[in-house]
Amino acid sequence: MSDIDVASSAGAEGTEHIDEAAVAALTAPVPETIGDGGPELVQLLTPEGERVDHPDYSAYVADLDADDLRGFYRDLVLVRRVDAEATALQRQGELGIWASLLGQEAAQVGSGRALRPQDYAFPTYREHGVAWCRGVNPLNLLGLFRGVNHGGWDPDEKNFHLYTIVIGAQTLHATGYAMGIQRDGAVGTGDADRDAAVVAYFGDGATSQGDVNEAFVYAAVNNAPVVFFCQNNQWAISEPNDRQTRIPLYQRARGFGFPGVRVDGNDVLAVYAVTKAAMDAARSGQGPMLIEAFTYRMGAHTTSDDPTKYRVSAEVEVWKHRDPIARLKAYLTAHAMADTEFFDAVDREADELAATVREGCLSMPDPEPLSMFDHIYVEEHPVVEAERAEFAAYHASFEGGH
Amino acid sequence: MSTLTIAKGINNGLRRSMERDDKVILMGEDIGKLGGVFRVTDGLQKDFGEDRVIDTPLAESGIIGTAVGLALRGYRPVCEMQFDGFVYPAFDQIVSQVAKMRARSLGAVKLPIVIRIPVGGGIGAVEHHSESNEAYFAHTAGLRVVACANPEDAYWMIQQAIETDDPVVFYEPKRRYWDKGEVDESAEAGPLGLYDARVAREGEHVTLATYGPMVRVALEAAQAAAEEGKSIEVVDLRSLSPLDMDTLAASVEKTGRLVVTHEASTFLGMGAEVAAEITQRCFYHLEAPVLRVGGYNLPYPPSKLEEEFLPDLDRVLDGVDRALAY
Repeated sequence: MSDIDVASSAGAEGTEHIDEAAVAALTAPVPETIGDGGPELVQLLTPEGERVDHPDYSAYVADLDADDLRGFYRDLVLVRRVDAEATALQRQGELGIWASLLGQEAAQVGSGRALRPQDYAFPTYREHGVAWCRGVNPLNLLGLFRGVNHGGWDPDEKNFHLYTIVIGAQTLHATGYAMGIQRDGAVGTGDADRDAAVVAYFGDGATSQGDVNEAFVYAAVNNAPVVFFCQNNQWAISEPNDRQTRIPLYQRARGFGFPGVRVDGNDVLAVYAVTKAAMDAARSGQGPMLIEAFTYRMGAHTTSDDPTKYRVSAEVEVWKHRDPIARLKAYLTAHAMADTEFFDAVDREADELAATVREGCLSMPDPEPLSMFDHIYVEEHPVVEAERAEFAAYHASFEGGH
Repeated sequence: MSTLTIAKGINNGLRRSMERDDKVILMGEDIGKLGGVFRVTDGLQKDFGEDRVIDTPLAESGIIGTAVGLALRGYRPVCEMQFDGFVYPAFDQIVSQVAKMRARSLGAVKLPIVIRIPVGGGIGAVEHHSESNEAYFAHTAGLRVVACANPEDAYWMIQQAIETDDPVVFYEPKRRYWDKGEVDESAEAGPLGLYDARVAREGEHVTLATYGPMVRVALEAAQAAAEEGKSIEVVDLRSLSPLDMDTLAASVEKTGRLVVTHEASTFLGMGAEVAAEITQRCFYHLEAPVLRVGGYNLPYPPSKLEEEFLPDLDRVLDGVDRALAY
């Protein structure tokens, strides 16, 4: 506030033509939502596609070749395309709701690609890009948004847990799973195929939840092999960061007794490097770590949300220049690692994948009514069985009447 | 046969489960060196180590939430909530995650978690240490809820709960922890299934159904009534979800009358469900409406008033007399 006061008092002393509003605008702190993440932001690829070095993290991308980078690009484009298709399906009434990952592709692909098969991921409901990297069929994700199930996949198939809708609850599940890994003796053995770690995804809003803070405590005191991966997309529905925190989120980790790092969440290389380092450390027995992927939710919170009511379009414009796909494309082009033919082929593949997803969504059968009585318990429960029979008999009573 | 308290019965049951299956682990506040505030886990950390008997941070949602993760990894966590009134910070994890995850996964996931809760009043405690919250959990599909009332059940039911692949809320009658009874620990299995009700005392004129800490009150009431020529059949429900309605209905069809008693408020309590179900099943056998004797619908009162709040022998017999008066 002192900036305005200085300008006013200067005016009182006779200085001419002080535009107080302009001074205030020039000197006001940059809102976190359009900030660049600050000096501690780990970045390996600038928004312009320039490769920059980082003393701690360059080593983690040193062995990536052109094929790997083209692979990252392909993942980013396919994931964005499927996401766009799902949004369209919702607009056409085929999905009840969709939580778009637009803008967060690099945070998800970079971290997802840093995992090993034996690692385990605990997502929120927006980790479509991580799911893709784990090999989960995108169609599996649509079931819950279409209302035919609440998830319905076997998490052990791809070590990708079910989507969790209650904010932050999965961070405790991830921590407990990591405690199980410890008890199985699958951490710190030095066997690259055996040692495992867990990654827990959550957002900036979730950092206010008790469960997330409890997960930090449990992970810390147990030295559990879990990496807390916070996608700070600046907005918890309509609430900006400053309604959740007074300090950068990655700095919270220190108070819990483990390291925290802020990474450019729109830089797939940096996210990959930071996640790989954190997962390596966790697998080797060095305990938990918090990664804050500094990114932006380009779309609405979900298809039911209206961001024009609470944020300005200028902010979105700022973040458009930090697009995760554009910068990798610029880098690949500048270094002749990919040509138009490659980019066109990826676009075609993306359209084909989107068509497959659309077709699969439209042909997804509604569940059989009686199936709602299934899988409530492992062992038979008489109330469920009685109500199942009652329901069946009630409906059977109409047969022939129509 | 050995003579055990309820607390020791659970302790020995936990020990036997842990010896049989090394995936069984215990989690809770102060359950290690201290052995829990009621000493139910006494000596287990010493014998099974800190990895299997885990002194957790003081955060109940964390206990249940990490138990979910451990169960997903193949463990069978047995979680202790230190007191009934301290389960609420974990309510979301229990109701939204533990109870629903199997259905969410269409049967791919199972969560064999036991949540032990010392329940009920009568120990002169401060607020939050005397509650009866079984109806919340019995009302939640996906959970099983059981209540032991004597050392033999304590010993067997805890083992059966741990062997169950579904999540089980396991109520322990706090004010009865030191009641003693005979237990045949050499047997291969307990005399009853986990979800079976038990006729604790046979009678002819009226059925008195209850569970947990009120079983002893019911048996004492039946004894007192017998001296006045009134024959009460006491049914210990043992399991609250599922309810063994067959055993209870058979008793009511014999006696024609039912009084349900529990410490929890009668309003929307377990007795309401039992009354509705028995009315439907035994309508033509009933000589009187099903009556309830329980706590009042108010926050558990200060301990100087708890004897007025809890149903005692006289209030139970008053309920029995009212049923017999029809």
